[in-house]
Amino acid sequence: MAAAHDSSQPASPGQKMAGWAGFLIASSFFVFFWQMMGPVGAGETLRWSYEWVPSLGIALSFFVDGLSLTFALLISGIGALVMLYSTKYLEGHQHLARFFLYLTLFMLSMLGLVLSDNLLSLFVFWELTSITSYLLIGFSHTSADSRRSALQALLVTGGGGLALLAGFVLIGWVAGTYELSEIRAQGDLIREHGLYLTILVLFLLGAFTKSAQIPFHFWLPNAMAAPTPVSAYLHSATMVKGGVYLMARIHPTLAETDVWLWTLTTAGAATAVFASFMAVKQTDLKQILAYTTLMALGTLTLFLAADTGYAITAAMTFLVVHSLYKAALFMIAGIIDHSTGTREIDQLGGLLKAMPITAGAAALAALSMAGFPPFLGFIGKELKYAGALAVQSEPVLVAGAVLLANALMLVAAGLVAFRPFWRGTHSTPVAPHEAHWRLLVGPVILAILGALLGVNSDLIAKPLVVPGVSAISSGELEPAELKLWAGVNLPLILSGITIALGIFLLAFHRRMRAILNAMEARLPSFDRGWDVFLDMVKGSAAWQTRALQSGVMRYYLYIVFGTLLVAVGGTLLWTGAFQGVPAIEGLQVKHWIVVVLIVAGAALTTITNSRIAAIAGLGAVGIAVALIFIIYGAPDVAITQLLVETLVVVLFAVAALKLPTLRPEDGFPNRKLDALFASAIGLVVAAVLITVTTGPINRRLTDFFEQSSWIDAYGRNIVNVILVDFRALDTFGEIAVVAVAGIAAWAILKGPKEDAK
Amino acid sequence: MRSVILTAGARLLVALLLVFSVFMLLRGHNVPGGGFIGGLIGAVGFVVYAIACGTSEAREALRLPPERIAIVGLGIALFSGFMAMVMQEDPFTGQWLFIGATETDKGLPLSSVLVFDIGVYLVVMGAILTLVFALEEEI
Repeated sequence: MAAAHDSSQPASPGQKMAGWAGFLIASSFFVFFWQMMGPVGAGETLRWSYEWVPSLGIALSFFVDGLSLTFALLISGIGALVMLYSTKYLEGHQHLARFFLYLTLFMLSMLGLVLSDNLLSLFVFWELTSITSYLLIGFSHTSADSRRSALQALLVTGGGGLALLAGFVLIGWVAGTYELSEIRAQGDLIREHGLYLTILVLFLLGAFTKSAQIPFHFWLPNAMAAPTPVSAYLHSATMVKGGVYLMARIHPTLAETDVWLWTLTTAGAATAVFASFMAVKQTDLKQILAYTTLMALGTLTLFLAADTGYAITAAMTFLVVHSLYKAALFMIAGIIDHSTGTREIDQLGGLLKAMPITAGAAALAALSMAGFPPFLGFIGKELKYAGALAVQSEPVLVAGAVLLANALMLVAAGLVAFRPFWRGTHSTPVAPHEAHWRLLVGPVILAILGALLGVNSDLIAKPLVVPGVSAISSGELEPAELKLWAGVNLPLILSGITIALGIFLLAFHRRMRAILNAMEARLPSFDRGWDVFLDMVKGSAAWQTRALQSGVMRYYLYIVFGTLLVAVGGTLLWTGAFQGVPAIEGLQVKHWIVVVLIVAGAALTTITNSRIAAIAGLGAVGIAVALIFIIYGAPDVAITQLLVETLVVVLFAVAALKLPTLRPEDGFPNRKLDALFASAIGLVVAAVLITVTTGPINRRLTDFFEQSSWIDAYGRNIVNVILVDFRALDTFGEIAVVAVAGIAAWAILKGPKEDAK
Repeated sequence: MRSVILTAGARLLVALLLVFSVFMLLRGHNVPGGGFIGGLIGAVGFVVYAIACGTSEAREALRLPPERIAIVGLGIALFSGFMAMVMQEDPFTGQWLFIGATETDKGLPLSSVLVFDIGVYLVVMGAILTLVFALEEEI
C-alpha cells in the first residue's frame, strides 16, 4: 500500500538495524539451545511452566527433549544465517524493517511450536506460523500473484489448523489433559477409544496441510512467490516441517496402528514420488528446490509411518540433513538470481569462473543432497534404505519408492548445483559476479556442516539423533547407528543403484522433461482445482447472500420470525414439552384490564391504516406489559418498560411524520397472512412461557441475592444491586454496547450528509 | 408550527424531569430507581424539550454534544471499576466509605458503586440523545 509513494526513499539506519537485531536474537537463541545439548544428550528433559489461563487448563509450559532441541537448533541456527543473508539480499528495500519483524515473529512462533508442552498453546503458535508465513509469502504485496499464493497458503494451512484444533480438543477430552508429556503416556487409552479414528483424521488433516502432503501439496510451490530467504527458511527448513514435527511428537500416542501405518505410508510415498518427478521437469531453480522439499516432506512422513528403530532414526537424520542442504541450496539459488538476473536453468552455465565460492558451496550441498559419501546425506540415504526395508507395511514398495525418489533427487541436485556452474556457457541478463560475504556465509557454513557431520557423525548422533529417536518412540525403540561404512549390505547396493540410475537420468534429462511435460498436460491440475473450489465457495456465499440479504425490512422480519416459529415451535412439538394450558385461578379486575389492553392494542395495530395509530396501539401493549410488572412487584422493570415505550413512540412518531398514510393499495397485499403469521408467533412464545413457568423454579440465585444484597453490598433494591455491584462487569459491557449503538446510529444518520457539504 | 403552550409547558417539565432523574439515580440502591432509569428519564426530558423547542435549542441546553456525554459516562464507569484495583481487589468490586458512621447509624455512604451508576446514567442519556437528535435533524 505504501510502495507507491515511498519506493524512492532509501532505507533509513533504523531499517538496517532491524536486520542485525533479528540476527542477534536468532544467534542468542542458538547459543542458548546449544548449551542444552549436554543435558539433553544425557537423556534429560528440561521444563518451564507458566499458568496462562488456569480456568481452561491452558498453561504456557515448555519442554526440551531430543526432538524439540533438534528443531530448536535448526530454527535458531538457520534463522540466524538467513537473517544475516537477508540483510544483504534485501538491502535497500523500503520495507526492510517490516520484513525482519515478520521473520523474527515467525522464528519465535516456530520455536514456541516445537517447545510447547501444552496442546492448546502449541495450537496458538501453530496458527502464528501460518499467519507469519502468509505475511511473508505476500511480502511483495503489489504483485497479484504473491497475494494469491499467500492467501492460498493461509487458507490451506489455516483450514487444516481448524481440523487440528478439533483433534486436539478431542485428544484433551479423551486423555483428560492437554499436557503432551502426560498424553504420551496414555497412548493405549486413546488408541482403543471409539473416537480414535476421528482424532486421527482431524490430526492428520492439520499435519498434512502444513507439511504439504498430497493432496494438499499445491500451496508449497506457489509459496515460492516469497523472497528467497523466506523460501530457504520457512518453506524448506522449518515451517513446513511443523507437520512432520507434530506427527513425530504424537507418534507414541497415535502410531502403532494399521490406519496410521498405511495412511502415512501411502501419503508419504505418493508425495515423494510425485514431487521428485515434478522437480526434475521444472526449469526455475526455486521451483526445482520447492518440489524437492515436497519430496523430503513425503519421505519424512513415510518414515514416521513405521515403528522401527531404523525408520525413526532415518527420519531424524534425514530431517537434519535436508534442512542443512536445502537451506544452503535455496540461498545459493538466491545468489545466482542476484548475480545473474535469472533463475532459469537453461540460461545458466559456466558460472564456476565468476563465482568460485558459490560453486564450491553448491557442490558440497548438492553432493549431500544426492547422497554421495562421505556426506551426511549419504548416511541419511543408507538409513533410509535400511528403514524402508524394515517397515512393516510393504518393504519392497517403500524401498522402491525411496529408490526412485532418491535417484530423481540426484538429478535435481545436478540441475541446481552442477549444470549452472560446471557445464556450458551462460547467456544471462547480467554478467555474473561473486556474491557479497554476507550472502556467502550461510550457504558455506551449512554446506560444510553437511560434510563435517558426515565424516564425524557422532557430533549429531549422540546429542540429537539418539535423544530424538527416544522422544519419538517414548524410549521403546533402539536407535540405529550413524556410520559411513556399514559393510557391503543391501542398503549399500541400493545406494549404488541409485547413483547409477540418477546419473543415467541426468544425462537424458532433456528428453525426460519433454515426456513429463506431455504427461502432466493430461493430468488434472491441483492448482486449477483449487481455483474451482474457491469459486464454488464464493458462488455459494453470493447465492446465500442474495437469498437472505434482500435489503427489504419486511423480508428480514419474515426470516427472523419464521426461523423462530419453525425452530422453537418445531422443538415444542417434537419434544412434546408443551403440556397444555394449566387452569388459571383468581383472576381479578386488574388482570382483565391488562388482557383487554393487550388484545385491543394488538388488534388496533393490525387493522389501522395510520402508522401513528399502529405505533400507539403497540405502545398500549407495552404499557399493559408494564402493568403486569407492577402487579407482580417489579417496579424497576415496570419503570424502565414505560420509559422505553415512551421513547419508542416518540422516536417512531418523529420518523412517521414524513411517511404517507397506509392505504390498502399501497402494497401490503398479504396483510391477513401477516396477521396470521404474527398470531402464530404469539402462540408459540406464549406456549414457551407457559411451559417454562409451569416447571419448578430453582431459587438458588434468588435466595443468594436476597440474602447478600444488604449484607455484602449495602443495598435493598436487589435489581439495582445486581446491576451495579454483583454483575457490574456485565453492565459495563451493556452500556458500552448502548454507547456504541448510539454513536453508530449517529454516524449513519449524519455521515453522508456532511460528506456532501 | 410551534405551540406556545407546549413550549412553555416543556420548559417546566424538563426542569422537573431532570431533577427527578437525579433523584431516581441517587435513591436507586435501596428503592426503585438507579442509573439506567435515571438516564432514561433525563433523556425523555431533553427529547420533550427538543420536540417542543427544536433540536438546536435542545442541543444548546445540553451544553455538551450527547455523544461526548455517552463516552465520558463510559469512562467514568470504567474508572469506578479500577477503583477496586487500587485497593488491591478484583476490578468492579464495590468500595465503600461511610462518612460520620456511628455504631447505630451508617452515616453518609459513598461508594464506587454510585460512581458506576453515574456512569451508567450518562451513557444511557447520552446514547439515546445522540440517536434522537440525529434522527430529528435528519427528518
